[in-house]
Amino acid sequence: MSVPHTVLGLLRTGPRHGYDLKKAYDTRFAHARPLRYGQIYATLARLQRDGLVILDAEEPGQGPDRKRYVITEDGATELERWLHETEEPEPYLHSTLFAKVVLALLLGEDARATLDAQRARHMARMRELTELKRTGDTVDQLLSDHALFHLEADLRWIELTAARIDRLRTAVTADAG
Amino acid sequence: MLHVTGIRKRFGQTIALDGASLDVSPGEVVAVVGPSGSGKSTLLHCAAGILRPDGGEVAFDGRRIDALGEGDRSRLRRTSFGFVFQFGQLVPELTAAENIALPMMLGGARRRAALAEARRWLALLDRREVAGKRPGDLSGGEGQRVAVARALVHRPRLVFADEPTGSLDSLSGEHVMDILVRLAGDDGAGVVIVTHDPRVAAYAQRDVTVRDGRVVTPVAA
Ligand SMILES: Nc1ncnc2c1ncn2[C@@H]1O[C@H](COP(=O)(O)OP(=O)(O)OP(=O)(O)O)[C@@H](O)[C@H]1O
Ligand SMILES: [Mg+2]
Repeated sequence: MSVPHTVLGLLRTGPRHGYDLKKAYDTRFAHARPLRYGQIYATLARLQRDGLVILDAEEPGQGPDRKRYVITEDGATELERWLHETEEPEPYLHSTLFAKVVLALLLGEDARATLDAQRARHMARMRELTELKRTGDTVDQLLSDHALFHLEADLRWIELTAARIDRLRTAVTADAG
Repeated sequence: MLHVTGIRKRFGQTIALDGASLDVSPGEVVAVVGPSGSGKSTLLHCAAGILRPDGGEVAFDGRRIDALGEGDRSRLRRTSFGFVFQFGQLVPELTAAENIALPMMLGGARRRAALAEARRWLALLDRREVAGKRPGDLSGGEGQRVAVARALVHRPRLVFADEPTGSLDSLSGEHVMDILVRLAGDDGAGVVIVTHDPRVAAYAQRDVTVRDGRVVTPVAA
């Protein structure tokens, strides 16, 4: 997730203080990860340097927290561009887990256990998200579903790999020899 | 509430179950997952008193049900259990509402009351309009929902479901799961769901994996 663009998006709804922005970000996007204050101010400084946001003239500063930020026309254009751009489809988990499985097989360790443990952890997370979906509002449901579909894809890969573990072991150890 | 301990079952040369165990508490939803042919359906059928295991024990409320005769098991299934299977077992000559009302009428309920309750369940499942249709005129997903309603209408203590969302799109599938989970929560029913779908399994409080006829111990996360 691009923090600068998300911040721009939040500013598109109206001028805000850094503190407000952090709160708004955490409420809406905390599924990703809460922002640190340092992060939000560093992001705002960069956006300001690039001319994408400016300080609100109407409210003169009294310390850093009193600064109010406004999106510029360039900022709105950049936001628009980002909003309409598709994301690189990236296989995020696979590379790490695949490396672990291959290493476990190479080292003669229990790769099945690695996969089973990861599967259990994925299921636990999917249960949490399902509960949030059942009890939460529409936005919670939308965010949970997105995360759930991704976790499901990983989980299916884990199960398939577990089912093929003997073939994979043969291939991996043959390569090593 | 349900204790399945070390059951074995073979079909000719095939060993379908080889010492499988499973416990279900009141209000608990348990997902049974595992590869095709691993013995999930056989486990479900033995746990529900449909099949008799060759060995091991099945106890419901402290009573051995694997030792009961067919008549007693059939009565127990009708009064205390609810079933949702892969292939709907609806009676083709009856309407959807009558199919749902059937378990209640078999339990002694009046026809009018049973039909009213059946319609309430159809509304709960978002398919009020299919009440008067016969199974042959229902879509796959509609038939599945009618089967779910019929399994739950007599408020069973235990629900056994084998791929209950198999023919449903994801939204309808989630709706059905939500209803099953709510029933477990409200009535304290135990629910056992066999599924290949991780998103369905995620509705359960825990999942157990069947591999080669055994329930393998889950690894701590
Ligand atoms: N009535 C039967 N007669 C002969 N063999 C059977 C019978 N029922 C099941 N089996 C065999 O027992 C084994 C376990 O079958 P079961 O239906 O329990 O698997 P499952 O885990 O439910 O598979 P799936 O995910 O494909 O539904 C399989 O090898 C199957 O062929
Ligand atoms: Mg099956």
